[in-house]
Amino acid sequence: MERYLGRKYPQGYEDIPLAAIVPWPGNTAELPKHEWRTFRPVINQDKCVRCRLCWTYCPDGAIVELDKEYVTSTGRKYKITFEVNYDYCKGCGICANECPVKAIEMVPEER
Amino acid sequence: MASAVETKPVEKELGKPHERIAATGGEAAAYAARDADIDVAAIYPITPQTPIAEKIAELVANGELDAELIHVESEHSAMSATIAAAATGARVFTATASQGLELMHEMLYIASSLRQPVVMALATRALSAPINIWNDYADAMSMRDTGWIMIFSENVQEVYDNMIQAYYIAEHPDVLLPVVVTLDGFILSHTMEALELIPRDEVLAYAPKRPRSYRPVLDPDKPISIGVLGGPNWYYEAKIQHVLALRESPRIIEEAARLFEKRFGRSYGFIEKYMMDDAEVAMVAMGATASLVKAAVKRLRKEGVKAGMIKIRVYRPFPAEEIVKALENVKAVGVLNRAIAYGAPVEEPLFQDVVTALAVRGIMKPMVSFVHGMGGRDIFVREIVDMYKKLLDAAREGKSVTRTLFWGVKNLEGKPYI
Ligand code: SF4
Ligand code: SF4
Repeated sequence: MERYLGRKYPQGYEDIPLAAIVPWPGNTAELPKHEWRTFRPVINQDKCVRCRLCWTYCPDGAIVELDKEYVTSTGRKYKITFEVNYDYCKGCGICANECPVKAIEMVPEER
Repeated sequence: MASAVETKPVEKELGKPHERIAATGGEAAAYAARDADIDVAAIYPITPQTPIAEKIAELVANGELDAELIHVESEHSAMSATIAAAATGARVFTATASQGLELMHEMLYIASSLRQPVVMALATRALSAPINIWNDYADAMSMRDTGWIMIFSENVQEVYDNMIQAYYIAEHPDVLLPVVVTLDGFILSHTMEALELIPRDEVLAYAPKRPRSYRPVLDPDKPISIGVLGGPNWYYEAKIQHVLALRESPRIIEEAARLFEKRFGRSYGFIEKYMMDDAEVAMVAMGATASLVKAAVKRLRKEGVKAGMIKIRVYRPFPAEEIVKALENVKAVGVLNRAIAYGAPVEEPLFQDVVTALAVRGIMKPMVSFVHGMGGRDIFVREIVDMYKKLLDAAREGKSVTRTLFWGVKNLEGKPYI
């Protein structure tokens, strides 16, 4: 247990806990949950009509509805904005598929 | 199968000589578990391990052993329960054989990769089909890559001594790996020999039970998750840690043997060399067969043949350095095993280990792979003498035999091997 070398979480094979036990209860809130994403959804706020379908369909609850005003380039004013929480988004593309106005583009992740 | 290792009574600082009884290998394993004062045993009886399960049950029933005996419905559960008990910090024991070991197979990896100090006795036995309850090493060889420390015993005393050392090794904070101690099915499990017992207080002084806190265990006050998901991002690192633990374990295995000798007078190494000082040809063997090979070596020496033998006691981690050092100067090496590696380049598992150990160090010499005694087929000293003669031929010709010689297989041509 003293192998953590002073860091909260391990960085290499040298300091992972014995047998990969997890001694930090509730650590999923702190750790990355999106590492296998290959495409990320990007919402075009100008095109988006605030229909909320992406928010409904996202299996991970990764689309967030914010009380943020937005004015489109054609002058249309919305009281709310939909954004993607990339900490949770797995890149499944369901949102892009469901969006009726094709406002969501799936962009390759580069690593 | 008389033993060549002398079991001299020890009179040392600890006082009175130890009690000597007559016991079978199965009983020896159970007595060792008793003397190590195990807390939990989960065993499903299977031939030829059954005497161990029976004896443990008897010891618990008559109050000689204060342990929780879990009556499981299969070996899969036996290993699962043993792992779980170990995860709470208990000193545990289980035993199995053959198909039972195969039924445990999934859990064998869990025990080793969760780094649980499980100690198991394995009464080696053939694998089906056809159904066969007699001895060979098919089962033991099937678990060689599961990350366990594997110790082979040659006689009843070694079963007991290896078991005691297994607790020292498995529970050592620098190891924390499961250890399996083999006893040849029937040949050792059911055969009675003299056995020198070590009193429980001396065993516990040698391999003390440590406080629960010395390793991560299940504790409601300090929650941890054991057996978590390891995705592609961390699985590899966990497995490397396991590899390194096995690589480091020889230090503790050696320490266990050294301390054992100091306290109880019987010495053990990773390998045992028999008449190797001036040997020209050497046979590598393991388990109870080693006694027979020793007898063959004696016979050959009388004929003026400089034969030697190496017995492998610790099979995993494989003592490559020791074996290479011992074999460096011989003219030809034979490897004798009671198991088949189906479809392998040379169909004998131990042979692959020995050759690899030599080859990666650039040592090439005539080698011959022998399989014998499958499914409890009797093997005689004269047959091993014949194997040595084959080995001498290889040495003379300077050529290896490129495929396994299956000794003693009935064939219509009446040849000694095919
Ligand atoms: S890609 Fe999938 S996970 Fe990500 S926001 Fe869209 S629906 Fe949710
Ligand atoms: S589905 Fe498309 S249009 Fe509807 S809220 Fe989401 S991004 Fe906007």
